[in-house]
Amino acid sequence: MSEHTHHHHDDHDHDHDHGHHPEPPSDVEARALALESLLREKGLISGEEIDRIVSAYEHDIGPMIGARVVARAWTDADYRQRLLADPAAAVAELHPSGPSATNLAVVANTPEVHNLVVCTLCSCYPWAVLGLPPSWYKSPPYRSRAVSEPREVLKEFGLELPSSVRVNVWDSSSDLRYMVLPERPAGTEGWSEEELVALVTRDSMIGVARPQAPAGARS
Amino acid sequence: MNGVHDMGGMHGFGPVHVEPNEPAFHAPWEGRVLALQARTRGRWYHLDEFRNAIERMPAARYLDASYYERWLTALETLLVEKGVVTREELATGRAATPPPQPSPRPPDDRPPLRPRFRTGDRVVTRNAHPQGHTRMPRYVRGRHGVVRTINGPFLLPDTNAHRHSRDWEPVYAVEFSARELWGRDDDDAMCVDLWECYLEAEL
Repeated sequence: MSEHTHHHHDDHDHDHDHGHHPEPPSDVEARALALESLLREKGLISGEEIDRIVSAYEHDIGPMIGARVVARAWTDADYRQRLLADPAAAVAELHPSGPSATNLAVVANTPEVHNLVVCTLCSCYPWAVLGLPPSWYKSPPYRSRAVSEPREVLKEFGLELPSSVRVNVWDSSSDLRYMVLPERPAGTEGWSEEELVALVTRDSMIGVARPQAPAGARS
Repeated sequence: MNGVHDMGGMHGFGPVHVEPNEPAFHAPWEGRVLALQARTRGRWYHLDEFRNAIERMPAARYLDASYYERWLTALETLLVEKGVVTREELATGRAATPPPQPSPRPPDDRPPLRPRFRTGDRVVTRNAHPQGHTRMPRYVRGRHGVVRTINGPFLLPDTNAHRHSRDWEPVYAVEFSARELWGRDDDDAMCVDLWECYLEAEL
């Protein structure tokens, strides 16, 4: 169950002064609608602007942006250098009309170091390259535990790392947004950039997974 | 502030629940709230104020609220405080007053980066517990670490969230060992971005 899904009537201390709406979500929805109509009536925002922003996050801004960046870094050593040195410029090279990745930081996995990204204080996330964060990233279990027991958290995602690999957790507490550059999986030599893009998952760019080549491709 | 939002290292929240094939929004109102925030932020309030408004929610409500419910609550709080809407208008959903002009754009006064610390410097974080907004998590306070990268300058959230101060400071990714933070005997490390005034040179 995600933190978006409300418990119905357990014994939390809700302010139940809205007796006509027993379900908390409907109360929140009514408040959201009231605020939207108020701001529209005041001429501060239009329905079309809202629709456009919602649609952008539903369709255009997502992990496919980061996946292309990663696949290019795997196939082009110069691009990889530029990506690590000036991430915003390197992302713009491939996505000139995409959202600006200002203050993006890219941390590269190596055979010795596995990077993991969290925001313990709120929900900082590299939206420009990964889109909206998944609910688990914003949830108290991940925020509380990723820094104190990262290996246990990774196990829950099905990733068990040997003790020879050092885990490096990045807590996004400032204006910087961190993205992981995962390692290219073995067995993908000679693959096209297009084929590699399909291996790069959102979770691998947060650091809770590693890209996997299909079993048949392994050497 | 030492609020419930500062979750690093807390126990009791259980395992991480992953929702497969999660949609961008779980209900249409969530996307509307995100868009309202995107279009009002930078006009009447900025991100540090928004985060602080979320952190000012009563602790039990913060934990009980969904993610976008917290956003909506912070939006209502800030838009009332900034005079964009009134509590009465929120209750009725009908406009009764004209909106104020947006705040003037802040000056482009970002100074060049002049860091006090260098990569590899050993530092110790202040053991500070401010009542107001801060971006130094509790779990790193009073701890020893090493400067990994130097970034910014960025505005200091501690003052920016409250007084629109323009305190630009270098920000350092400081690495702490798992032993220093959690008493663990492995080679794992945590890097946390910390503003310069959060740090002292290790003597």
